[in-house]
Formats: sequence, C-alpha cells, structure tokens
Amino acid sequence: MHTESPILQVENLHTHFITKAGIVKAVDGVDFDIKPGETLGIVGESGSGKSMTAMSIMGLIPSPPGKIVEGEIRFKGENLLTKTKKQMRNIRGKEISMVFQDPMTSLNPVFTIEKQLIETILAHESFSKNQARSRALELLHLVGIPDPKKRLKNYPHEFSGGMRQRVMIAIALACNPSVLIADEPTTALDVTIQAQILELFKKMQNELNMAIIMITHDLGVVAEVCDRVMVMYAGKPVEYTETNHLFDQGKHPYTLGLMNSIPTINKQKKKLEAIDGVPPDLRSLPKGCSFAPRCKHVMEACLHIDPTLTEVNDHHFVRCLLYEETNSEKVVSP
Amino acid sequence: MSTLLEVTNLKKHFPLKDSKLFSREKPVLKAVDGISFSIQSGETLGLVGESGCGKSTAGRSILKLINPTEGDIYFKGENISHYRGEKLRKLRKDMQLIFQDPYASLNPRKTIAQTITEPMKIFQLSKEEQYKKLERLLDVVGLRSYHKDRYPHEFSGGQRQRIGIARSLALDPELVICDEPVSALDVSIQAQVINLMEDLQEEFNLTYIFIAHDLSVVHHISDRVAVMYLGEIVEIAEANELYQDPKHPYTQALLSAVPEANPHLEKQRIILKGDLPSPANPPSGCKFHTRCPFAEEICRQEKPELKQVSSNGQMAACHFVREVVS
Repeated sequence: MHTESPILQVENLHTHFITKAGIVKAVDGVDFDIKPGETLGIVGESGSGKSMTAMSIMGLIPSPPGKIVEGEIRFKGENLLTKTKKQMRNIRGKEISMVFQDPMTSLNPVFTIEKQLIETILAHESFSKNQARSRALELLHLVGIPDPKKRLKNYPHEFSGGMRQRVMIAIALACNPSVLIADEPTTALDVTIQAQILELFKKMQNELNMAIIMITHDLGVVAEVCDRVMVMYAGKPVEYTETNHLFDQGKHPYTLGLMNSIPTINKQKKKLEAIDGVPPDLRSLPKGCSFAPRCKHVMEACLHIDPTLTEVNDHHFVRCLLYEETNSEKVVSP
Repeated sequence: MSTLLEVTNLKKHFPLKDSKLFSREKPVLKAVDGISFSIQSGETLGLVGESGCGKSTAGRSILKLINPTEGDIYFKGENISHYRGEKLRKLRKDMQLIFQDPYASLNPRKTIAQTITEPMKIFQLSKEEQYKKLERLLDVVGLRSYHKDRYPHEFSGGQRQRIGIARSLALDPELVICDEPVSALDVSIQAQVINLMEDLQEEFNLTYIFIAHDLSVVHHISDRVAVMYLGEIVEIAEANELYQDPKHPYTQALLSAVPEANPHLEKQRIILKGDLPSPANPPSGCKFHTRCPFAEEICRQEKPELKQVSSNGQMAACHFVREVVS
C-alpha cells in the first residue's frame, strides 16, 4: 500500500529531563518510521512518553531541564537534531505541524481566527496579505466551518470546542505539511464531534497525502484511523505492529491488559480485567522490565533483564521476555 | 425491589445576566427542562449525553446542591423538593456524590483520615466508631491502613478517586450520584475503579446514578440508561435494549459515533452535522431537529412527548417512532 520511502524516521530516541529528584527518562529508546499517506498511532497512558516523543520531533522540548541525549530524527533524510533554531522554525509549522489536545487553550483569545491563520501563513510562505487572507478563507472552508467568511472575523471564544479544534487543524494544515502530529486531538471533545474530526483527518489525509502521527490513549480511535501502532509504556515502545495485527494477535501483556480493561459497547456484564497497580515512577524505574510489577506473566528473569524489542513476526515487534525465549540466541544477559 | 428515587418534571433554569434593559422577559438558560424517571433500590441508572446536555445539573438538583426551579423529587416516598435547613442536612446522609476530578475534590491540607472522617464528625459519631469505620472503609476501597496519615498529593489519580469513594461511603448512603467518576483516570486505572464501584454496590446495596459521557463505560455499569439532549431525556431504556436497538435518532447517532477497538468492523456511521445548539436559545419543536437526519416539518413545530416504544418499557421522544402500548 505504502511503497514509498519513509518521510520521517526516528531512531533510538532518548529524551531525558534532569530534575532535582533525579533523571526522568521520559523517552527511552524509541524507533519508528512513517511513510507519506500513512497513519501511525502512538498509544499509552499518561507518563508513557507519547507526547514527549512528539515534542522531541517538533523540537519543542523545554531545555533545560529537558534534553535529547541520544538518537536521530530524520525528516526527508536530514537529521533534525543538528538543525539550528532558525532552520527548525522554518520546518515547524510548515513541513511538520501539530494539533494539540486542548482546543480551549491553544488558540490566542485576543486575536481573531483570521489573524492567527494569517500569522502562520505569512511566517512560512511569501504571500501578500491578500493572498494570505484568501488562503485562510480556503482553509476554513476545507475543514468544514460553515459560513467561513463571517467566521474569520470571530474570536476563539465565539467558537465551540469542536469548531475550535477545526480551526486548530486549519492552522496546522495552513502550509500543506508532509507530517501532521495530532496529540490527543479528540480527547476533549464529545463523541459526535470526535466522529466529525476523525472523518476530517481522513479526508485531509487523502487530499494532501500527509503522514499522520496520532497520539491517543483510546484504542477505539486507533482501530478506526491508524495503519500501524506503537504501544508505549514508561518511555519505551513495548509493541509495534500493524493495527490489524495488534488487535488480532497482540502479544505484550500490557497491550492485552489494556484491551481487556476497556468496556466495549457491544458486550455487557463481564467483569473488567483491570491491570493491577499503577504506572511506575519514571525517576526510579524498576530493574528489569518496567511492566514486571504489574504483569500477570511475570517470571523471575523479568525482574533482572530488561527485554529488547524483538521481531516475532513480519513487522511485529514485542518487548517481552516471553517472546525472546522462542529464539533464545537473542536473549541478552544482564 | 422498591422505588428509591422518583423524579417528576424536574426543571432547573438559570437566569441569564444579559437581559435587555427594561425588558420584562428575563432570558433563562434551561439546563434541565422537565425530566422524569425513577430508580429502584440497588439499581444503576446511567445518564449520558454530550457536554452541556444538563446531566450534571440534573445530578446536582437531585442532591439539592442547587435548588430545582420546578418539579418534585421523591426519595423513599417522601417529597424532598422543599426540604431546607436541618431536614435537608439529615437527608444528605443518605445521598452522596462522587466527583469527577480526584485532584480538585480533596482538600490538600487534610490527611486522608481527616477527609474521610469529616462527614462522621459532622454527624457526631463517637471517636471509636469513626476509627473503626475509617479502617473498614480504607480496606474496602483497597487502601492500606498506613495511608491514613498521608496527604492527597502523595497519591496517584486512581488512589485519590478511591479516597473520594471512601469519603462518600462514610455515612452509609443509599444513593450515590457519580459525576464522571472515571473520566479523569488512565485506561488501566479506570477498570480498577469501575470494578471497585461494582463490588461496593453489591456489598452495601448502593443505588447509583452514573453520569458519564463515555458510552461504553455507561453500558458496562448501568442497568438502565437515560440519554439526555439539551436538558431533556430523549430516550430511556434497559441498558442492553438501548444499546442493541436504539430508537431515537440521537441515540443512534451517538452510539454509532463511538469508535470501537476492532479494526475489522465496518461501521455504518451516522455523522451528525453541526454542534449542540446553545441551551440558552434552543431550537423550536423537537430540540434535535437541527441535527437530525430525518427531520421534517412537524419536528420544527411540535415537541414530541416521551412515549413507550417497545413492549418492555423502552421510552423515546420522537415523532417518527411508533408508540407501542403494552
């Protein structure tokens, strides 16, 4: 389906935060790539490092205390980590853009939507003001805001949550980016509006052949829109495969735990299988596998050996000792 | 089973400030506009709808945290809608609330023991009883005894929600209104809290009103579900019936919009156009007609009544659903 070469490659990314209480390894060895027109889902709970992965790509890690200590982020073959601030500014918002979770706080309340759209357009394109204005109108039309001409002159508080998220998407799409990172874009929205927005993403992707990185905690959203998924836990990817594979033959105990712990809309009254315990404190991760203290299949070895991401099937990677044993030559000794 | 709570024609209108000078008509926001339902003892009623549909206001009006504008609330057969002062205070013992935000609903300067025993102090339980009860409550919600001298910031979100639940159970209430109790929690923790709530319901024979926007969670926990739209109940039925055979177009759209964790499912999705209209200025006739794919002239003019639409008590308010007389 996607035969082109990847547009964005992340290799062995480590983003750490140096705090008084110790080093927080927010992102601790993340690898993935994404091709044009493809949607990659990053799933995880709060603190799993999914948003920090996105911020690292955008070059928006606050430094200090944050620092990308290792790894490469290659966009169209060039390493973004060696770019200067000015070069990054040209890429950010133009080539790679981002939609944030909270449409209520990510727009500036004292400027009209038109002003905020035009600001983005003029920052990256050599348009005249008039050209920028008509582009802004076109964008609002594109994301399905009724009566766009009148709405351009409105302030953010005059829009509902769903409409604001559309405006955010319009701003993100202003310069036809090749990669769009959407960080929990529908979490703050009602389901009927979520359905509208997800539909909009699909339509935009078809039209512009964008690569989308969809960060979410909702496996339903993943099943709906993603081609491939990476499940993250405590800063590390624990499973990485095609969406269908994940749902049909997901392997990592954490992935399976997540799937069993969500109530489905069709079946009722089976006790939910909760995952015991809480996610670990990133400042003092347990030795061995970070998921071991909550894992149902925990073995003696899990407490000492941190498993590596192993390919168990074609393009299906799992980080778990249960699956490393099958090809024992790959087991790493502590 | 006996009826624990009955609500008839409950209304809560909030006056709006920006009325025109000298104008006689005072604009109001009809947050809850005439809802009626009853709950059996030991039952869970789910209340779902989009934000702004009045589900939280309904919950608060029943608890009389805000005074309803109109309508009657019968709790164990007694009309409590005019209770004030001491009488109301005594009643509060039997009705409790679990809040959405476990970060904001606990006092950061009080230890867990102080938080949980506060209601007991107000109702003058002896020190010994308080202590015994505290230990028991910590145990049933899955916390340890040594937690009691800690402060809220030392706990995770899921644990804090457990503390909130323990507090709400401190006076052995019969009715617990849960206002989005799990929506602020991570998925893996959500399941823990839902399971806990189900266990507690069995153990203490609690009756829940479960207010949430997550339709899957509501389906899981509820016996019956009421769907609200702009302050009105548009459909109410047994949970399984409602989810398998929704009659009202809004319920159908709402259910079809929920993304399911199954990539092979080809879902016929009804995508509603537009947003929820402002409750300050609701549409005429059927309030849903502006977004309804089947709306016709009659919907614009006449307001449909909630009527029985299946032989086992499913009720819906739509002109185009046939009435069934049982």
